[in-house]
Amino acid sequence: MNIRCLHLGTLLVLASGLSDTVSAEAAAGGDRPSFRRDVRPILSDKCFSCHGPDENTREADLRLDTPEGARADLGGYAAIVPGNLEKSELIQRIITDNADDLMPPEKFHKPLTAAEFDTLKRWVASGGEYESHWAYTPITRAAAPDAEEPGFVRNDIDRFLLAAQRAHGLRPAGEADRRTLIRRLYLDLTGLPPSPETVAAFEKNDSPTAYEELVDELLRSKHFGERMAIFWLDLVRYADTIGYHSDNYMEVSAYRDYVIDAFNENLTYDRFTLEQLAGDLLPEATQRQRIASGYNRLLQTTEEGGAQPKEYMAIYAADRVRNVSEVWLGSTLGCAQCHDHKYDPFTMRDFYSMAAFFADIDENAVGKRQPNLKLPTPEEEAEMADLKARIEAGALVKVLGRDAALAGKVAAAQKQWEAEQVGRIGQSQGDWKPVKPEGLKSSGGQDLKVQPDGSVLASGPRNPNQDNYTAVIKASGKVTGLRLEALTHESLTKKSLARGNGNFVITNLVVTAGGKPVKIAAAAADYEQPGYPVAHLIDADPKTGWAGNGHVEAKNRTAVLTFAEPVDLGAGGELKVDLHHQSPYSQHHLGRFRLSVTESAKPEVKPGADIPLDLIEAIAVAPDQRTPAQRDALAAHYQTVAPDLEPHRRDLATWQKRLEDIDKGLRTMLVSASLKEPRMTRVLDRGNWMDESGDEVQPRLPEFLAGQEPAAGRATRLDLARWITSPDNPLTARAFMNRLWKLYFGKGISPDVGDLGGQGKMPTHPELLDWLAAEFRDGGWDVKRMVKLIVTSGAYRQSSVGEAAVREKDPGNVWLARQGRWRLEAELVRDTSLEVAGLLVDDTGGKSVKPYQPAKFWQHLNFPAREWENSKGQDLYRRGLYTFWCRSFPHPAMTAFDAPSREECTAERPRSNTPQQALVLLNDPVYVEASRAFAARIARQPADDSGKLAWAWEAATGRPAAENERTILAQLLASQQKRYAADTESAKLLLATGDSPAPADVDPAQLAAWTQVARAILNAYETTSRF
Amino acid sequence: MNPFSPSRRAFLNRSTVGIGSLALTHRLLADSALSDRWTGAIKPHHAPKAKRVIFLCQAGGPSHLETFDYKPKLDELNGQPMPESFTKGQPIAQLQNAKELKILGHQHKFVRAGQSGQTICDQFPHIAKIADDIAIVKSMTTMQINHDPAHTFMNCGTQISGRPCMGSWIQYGLGSEAEDLPGFVVLTSVGGGQNQPIASRQWHSGFLPSRFQGVQFHSTGDPVLYVGNPKGVSRDDQREVVDAVNALNRSRHEMVDDPEILTRITQYEMAFRMQASVPELTDLSGEPQHVLDLYGAKPGDGSFASNCLLARRLAERGVRFIHLYHRGWDHHGNVKGGIETTSKLVDRGTWALIEDLKQRDMLKDTLIVWGGEFGRTPMAQGTGRDHHIKGFSIFLAGAGIKGGVSHGETDELGYNAVIDKVSVHDLHATMLHLLGIDHERFTYRFQGLDMRLTGVEHARVVSEILA
Repeated sequence: MNIRCLHLGTLLVLASGLSDTVSAEAAAGGDRPSFRRDVRPILSDKCFSCHGPDENTREADLRLDTPEGARADLGGYAAIVPGNLEKSELIQRIITDNADDLMPPEKFHKPLTAAEFDTLKRWVASGGEYESHWAYTPITRAAAPDAEEPGFVRNDIDRFLLAAQRAHGLRPAGEADRRTLIRRLYLDLTGLPPSPETVAAFEKNDSPTAYEELVDELLRSKHFGERMAIFWLDLVRYADTIGYHSDNYMEVSAYRDYVIDAFNENLTYDRFTLEQLAGDLLPEATQRQRIASGYNRLLQTTEEGGAQPKEYMAIYAADRVRNVSEVWLGSTLGCAQCHDHKYDPFTMRDFYSMAAFFADIDENAVGKRQPNLKLPTPEEEAEMADLKARIEAGALVKVLGRDAALAGKVAAAQKQWEAEQVGRIGQSQGDWKPVKPEGLKSSGGQDLKVQPDGSVLASGPRNPNQDNYTAVIKASGKVTGLRLEALTHESLTKKSLARGNGNFVITNLVVTAGGKPVKIAAAAADYEQPGYPVAHLIDADPKTGWAGNGHVEAKNRTAVLTFAEPVDLGAGGELKVDLHHQSPYSQHHLGRFRLSVTESAKPEVKPGADIPLDLIEAIAVAPDQRTPAQRDALAAHYQTVAPDLEPHRRDLATWQKRLEDIDKGLRTMLVSASLKEPRMTRVLDRGNWMDESGDEVQPRLPEFLAGQEPAAGRATRLDLARWITSPDNPLTARAFMNRLWKLYFGKGISPDVGDLGGQGKMPTHPELLDWLAAEFRDGGWDVKRMVKLIVTSGAYRQSSVGEAAVREKDPGNVWLARQGRWRLEAELVRDTSLEVAGLLVDDTGGKSVKPYQPAKFWQHLNFPAREWENSKGQDLYRRGLYTFWCRSFPHPAMTAFDAPSREECTAERPRSNTPQQALVLLNDPVYVEASRAFAARIARQPADDSGKLAWAWEAATGRPAAENERTILAQLLASQQKRYAADTESAKLLLATGDSPAPADVDPAQLAAWTQVARAILNAYETTSRF
Repeated sequence: MNPFSPSRRAFLNRSTVGIGSLALTHRLLADSALSDRWTGAIKPHHAPKAKRVIFLCQAGGPSHLETFDYKPKLDELNGQPMPESFTKGQPIAQLQNAKELKILGHQHKFVRAGQSGQTICDQFPHIAKIADDIAIVKSMTTMQINHDPAHTFMNCGTQISGRPCMGSWIQYGLGSEAEDLPGFVVLTSVGGGQNQPIASRQWHSGFLPSRFQGVQFHSTGDPVLYVGNPKGVSRDDQREVVDAVNALNRSRHEMVDDPEILTRITQYEMAFRMQASVPELTDLSGEPQHVLDLYGAKPGDGSFASNCLLARRLAERGVRFIHLYHRGWDHHGNVKGGIETTSKLVDRGTWALIEDLKQRDMLKDTLIVWGGEFGRTPMAQGTGRDHHIKGFSIFLAGAGIKGGVSHGETDELGYNAVIDKVSVHDLHATMLHLLGIDHERFTYRFQGLDMRLTGVEHARVVSEILA
């Protein structure tokens, strides 16, 4: 390496940020740059946008992403002539002084740095060889370098790291002390800190297998799955609300529990993948596999009125492509929605072909997500079975069959009832005939439904203030009058006559025949509410009407209109009846009514029979002449009204109601279900959903990665999942291992854990990443095995402090000559504080919970407007990952610590350090309450104040307090003891924070002072950090 | 400590995921070691006209036909069928199932206002008084026809979630001059129409570090979440706790030499200062009565007028981007009455803010933007108007803006912007330009791409409205 080169390299390190490992490597490299590591990133960033894979924006017919393109004869010259700088147009264009010729053009604001320029020159000079992008080449398992260092090397991971460290003049940090190690392992594997007793025991345990045993124990802990779930749920954008606009609740928490269980049970990653993408398509899919397929339903959806279904189907399709490619492939295939990918060989057709895999998913474009799987608990299941059995045994027929005396009584009563009904119906031509209306209309949009007894019942989501009904009735002969019965119903207000306050006002009743109004001679009724006589029905005045006092008493009312002249409908004709409800009283429209006609010369006011119309004929037949069917039908109907059976009916109704209530309260799930005919998927030009000119596509894997030809027939999500975890797929294992590594070192081996593509970052240790990926893939996609391999490495066990000289030399910790250190994730900040306080409720799974949230934080949500209601009791102290996740307004304490909104895939959360975090830890009631609970624990320690302080610090940080730390805390304690002793009112106020009661056995002033000390400890950086 | 020490640099690198090299260098040069005020990732590309932005977002989509866009032909054809040539194949929201589309004439009169004679709806008598201060853009277009994505598009330049909003971009780029306050503040008010929801994604920092997200100020409860001490804890008590926390952190720092801990200490100091400065800021009771009267504000009422006054106070204290939302313009039915009601809630505050800033000589470096996420159809939806994205109006005022002009035109029925169309990206480019930023050079690396607020399509600075 010459001096100039070294100099440039050093500059580059400074100029491009410390994690830019590619540059660091270039600095150490020789004259021959690596295409993959050094050259391609430059070409990709500076050139591919116009000279890359996207044909549509390719300039001058030149593509630089393939060797053929770069060396192609462009009419007497070529971009790259291997070994010849003068003849290589690429080089000439980047050194030219002519602004018009200069590449990249100035307007792109992407000038080459001196170092980049130098790299390109050396590359062309040394032959301009191309290599394919590292992430797209097959995973090969390199042998670990032959590097040894006692006390550091524990497995092959360390050999890879050690070799690189040595190449950069570094050596590993020593092993961290045992207290740090156990705390690190606990936080990394379970997300919870160890108890002081556990720490002390581990510190004393000098068995050579103690560390490994601890790892095994933590991998068996049920908290392992919870910790892993936080990582996975960010990727798949799991949340409890639909995301867009109204952002209403959707119940998918069973998916979250599936993820926890899958990691706890160490479901292999290929199976985990298959079940999420296509669990519903597996033969004999189990309930759990169907729950897993809820992955496909986690995306953001809308209920917004005026949203266009086609547009949203396109949005959903794109969302799924983005997510599946980011989660499993670490790819930005989503970029190819509007154009071929600029930097990776994905085409638009690839994008839409990927979308087509999901075109079978049954869902509505706009509107509420209807759960399609119910998940009763064993208790609920048992109770439902019991209720069903009771309902079956309690059927009235069976009751009567068992009780002869009762049966006799009922039969006798039935006879009497029949006689009464027959009396109401009458036998002659001249009596009333109830008619089933047709063509029912409600101007206000109510649902008007005809009942078996010919009556019409109003219901439905709309209940307008004023409403006009229209009904068409078919009748024959010379009709002389119309009867209107206003009838009570149990669904109506006060079980009375209408849906508003129970009363109706009909302002006008108009009968039309053959398009002409029928003249009415007289109106009569069996009841008239004072001020609302029945005559108002026919006075054509919309301000007056007939009313039934239904808000006071629930009684049927009957009105009769006598026509001036009989209307001759011959063998069959129609009458139209309009019922106007224009009273100023709102919702005073009839809740249930029945219309009857008559040919009687003198239509009488009498109520109709209380039976279904199809029984009128049967009841009129003499009992001994009825057919068996008629007998059964009448008996069955009578049982529904027989007073003697009332207690039995009540029981049945109670059981039925309970069954329905349980059913309504069941935990549900949105899972994948397939349409018989998948939706057609077409390429949308520039992503425009209104453009219908694009080609139709079938499900197909990205062409350049696909490997084998797809099977015959339409490929399914199963095929997609199997391809993702096929051994030939170069991306899946790399993407997962890169992210797994980040969990235990704080950064990926390829630093951009979101993008392994051409614009991502070259791995710092490509051979190690491949080795891990190969181990993972070839070892059966065993996640826990890989975790164990990583956390039992010497590298993992290093101190995170390291030597000052090493930190100076490698400030970005590129070469991992020390461990990473960081503030915990949002959920774990909460979990750790609650655990230290002794407040954490460590139940696993269940519906999401709502810890305290500032009032009115949801005030900007609407349709409907709603208020966050804090959970009660134990649910206030659950782990952070169970917190209800509202995408529009995620819990602000979570957001403060960088939890994402889960609208899109999040592969990497930022780690910010902000005043909002301080405000949360200082003032959020849950941390104040945790401090009080912690204070009570401290105060109860059998020690003097100084001993209590020592215990408290150790409980929170896992290490004994230093002398000065004890002094800091002791001073705070003394000062606050004095302050609260003098002001017990304030002490009580402080202790009243939170729902859990303050302990009664500690003096309030003392407890308040300890609470302040506890606050200081929980707020200390170390308490919620991992070193 | 030496700001150039490796550990300091390491911290910067870690805590600001992916900030490019220039940003880093600038940061290193600009920051003193123990102040954690963000001073911006870039240096202005040219001399800025605006130091700060107050965006008065009229959420729900105000009708341009009842605010600024007067079309005599619309009244002429009132009640007539809308010619299909306008609407065929166009995106449409709630009217998508309508049988017939009919023209709805202006529901209010227009007046000529100011020396410039701008046409302004008579429901906005106060805004009419500042006609000569504002530049009305009558040819805005957007891409999204439903509220939620349209806001996202207006704020982030894309409908895809997870991208930073303009406030975050600007705060990231230029930093803030506020010592004890966040640099990007969001205020909300409600009234006068269907209260369409607003999601916190509208002020989210997306892929930018989360410190750049907007901080919402509330009119009830703590003005900033968690800014109040726990009950029974006085400011002195809190000081003692914060002192102890910082002392413990310093102790830990001495053991492990972790710059992240030093940052934590400065953040606790900042938080403690905010606990005093935020209540002081949001307490309007100290404002003289004539100022309250100017705005028509009552302390603590959470109104748009009060928020305008708060915006001025924030501007005075160096806050870079102040985003007001008034949720009340979604007039699907009775646009006449709706405009009457909402204009009364918004008109005076808007005028008062501009007047007040003028009186304090702050209008010259404060950019005001007034407008919604889209406009409304010339076609009737009953007695109201549906969402409309092909042409609508906004106005700008203040720093670097030419007053008394209007720019662009819609067609004779107010449907399509036909002359000098202005896209959302053009608006963003113009705003950035006034802040001294060349939108094409203002990028952030995410998923391997140099992302920018103005996206990949061409965007232009609307130079015609610049002074």
